[in-house]
Amino acid sequence: MNWITNYVRPTINSIFSRREVPENLWSKCESCGTMLFHRELKDNLNVCTSCGHHMAITPRARFTALFDGGVFAEIKVPEPLADPLQFRDQKKYPDRMKAARAATGERDAMLVVTGEMGRTPIVAVAQDFSFMAGSMGMYVGNAIIAAAEEAVKLKRPLILFSAAGGARMQEGILSLMQMPRSTVAIQMLKEAGLPYVVVLTHPTTGGVTASYAMLGDVQIAEPGALICFAGPRVIEQTIREKLPEGFQRAEYLLDHGMLDRVTARARMRDELITIIRMLQGLPPAVKGDLPPPQPVQTTATA
Amino acid sequence: MTNYLDFERPIAEIEGKAEELRALARSTPETDVGGEAAALDKKAKELLVSLYKDLTPWRKCQVARHPERPHCKDYIDALFTDYTPLAGDRNFADDHAVMGGLARFQDRPVVVIGHEKGHDTKTRIERNFGMARPEGYRKAIRLMDLADRFNLPVITLVDTPGAYPGKGAEERGQAEAIARATEKCLQIGVPLVSVIIGEGGSGGAVAFATANSVAMLEHSVYSVISPEGCASILWKDAEKMREAAEALRLTAQDLKKLAVIDRIIAEPLGGAHRDRATTIGAVGDAIAGMLAELTPLKRKALIDARRKKFLTMGAKGLAA
Repeated sequence: MNWITNYVRPTINSIFSRREVPENLWSKCESCGTMLFHRELKDNLNVCTSCGHHMAITPRARFTALFDGGVFAEIKVPEPLADPLQFRDQKKYPDRMKAARAATGERDAMLVVTGEMGRTPIVAVAQDFSFMAGSMGMYVGNAIIAAAEEAVKLKRPLILFSAAGGARMQEGILSLMQMPRSTVAIQMLKEAGLPYVVVLTHPTTGGVTASYAMLGDVQIAEPGALICFAGPRVIEQTIREKLPEGFQRAEYLLDHGMLDRVTARARMRDELITIIRMLQGLPPAVKGDLPPPQPVQTTATA
Repeated sequence: MTNYLDFERPIAEIEGKAEELRALARSTPETDVGGEAAALDKKAKELLVSLYKDLTPWRKCQVARHPERPHCKDYIDALFTDYTPLAGDRNFADDHAVMGGLARFQDRPVVVIGHEKGHDTKTRIERNFGMARPEGYRKAIRLMDLADRFNLPVITLVDTPGAYPGKGAEERGQAEAIARATEKCLQIGVPLVSVIIGEGGSGGAVAFATANSVAMLEHSVYSVISPEGCASILWKDAEKMREAAEALRLTAQDLKKLAVIDRIIAEPLGGAHRDRATTIGAVGDAIAGMLAELTPLKRKALIDARRKKFLTMGAKGLAA
């Protein structure tokens, strides 16, 4: 290489990176193909302004929109053993983890927080599909247990937003064991008489659906979310026929009696507040955006 | 032995030769082949010992799926008396992939539940190859409730490739059915013991095996996904099942190290299918041993012990 590469390249890079400031980004709706302005899409909680298609939203963005004044405190999740099986496929598991952490800036596929929604104190958990497809391993199990323990301690209801491709294969049998582990956590809540509301988001599949995501007192789904145990491709291969339109989508499950409600993201906050306050025997909430509560009560780190 | 696995081909050849010699001797009595045939038998046995001494995880999967391996029905017939099947989920159907009912184990009344794969084409289809539909889990929930109410221990025998990936099974909520069955396992105040006798396939297995005490036959497997399924997802090539089986740590030996299971039941030389009676007897002894440990515990202690076991599981990894 010569002095030009050393000198010129940084300049070019800086031009490119300046072009990539999010405000200038347009994204295309996967459903209707409309080009959507980034900020408009963000203001609409990642729901297409043209067709109403619900796109993925990060746990942090979701919580910012849900909690009063966008304020919430993170609850620390006990760190599990890294790579318990010393798993290696085409890549080593720790390398996959490193890449996922770098890409998302998160520790793992679940975020546990506490805060107030419409002045209603809650503990909330959201699964992060962008982190290794939201897959359930030891960390996710620990997160649900930590959330349930915190909810019981603070006597707050738990709201869980699920999104996962299923179990994390790189943790083998230990990922499977998160099914009973998370179920124990849910039992703690139920015994403490606390509401457990599940919001199933796109997609929720496999062992996640077959454990904590199906054990809610109230089961709500976002429109169009794929919710299943075995995925549509596996089923088509087994039965060798085309599946009906909308099979395993939220609306289909609602029709088949597997869900209580399908609710658009824009209405979700109000609906959760209404349901939780009724289950807890509280008076109706004051509607609308509220300033952040003072101070946020938690035993955990912010 | 008629049904050899691919890695047993050398044994098949030697045993075939020995059989040929004996057939020859039967047709021409003057030929003396006794010594030669015995030598071949000895060689076959030595080969069997060396092959089975250190089975790879993939070979264990093959042994666990052997069509002549004793299945749930064989254990129920041999180890239980007064077996009275109880059918149906009171909702939609009776799932023939799941057997279950009241029975006596060593004279003690119990509830026994298990996956049955079937032993020939007709019964395999009838049993859906041991793949339960939602009704199977809901039947198990009903039986566990019955056991809980009348204070009967529950014994589950696990042998399933996994839940059935069918349209109706999904429409009728198999995820919910599995979640509820797992939850039920954790709620009942009676001893719950489980033996993985063949394949412990994913959620379909967990729904029955969330037990106080879990035993596994030496060459059975228990996994979050089949090696073929894992290979096609992570290696993008279903033929990499050997590598996947290795990586998944699905053998009884690894699962014991991980403290996911509590005991390993030794199999006869050459796998359970080569000596079914001995295998079934050993499983009976293991069930008796596990029940004896749990019988003194009161309801709350049983529930608490089961929960604690799963809450702490996996914390130490392979060092557990």
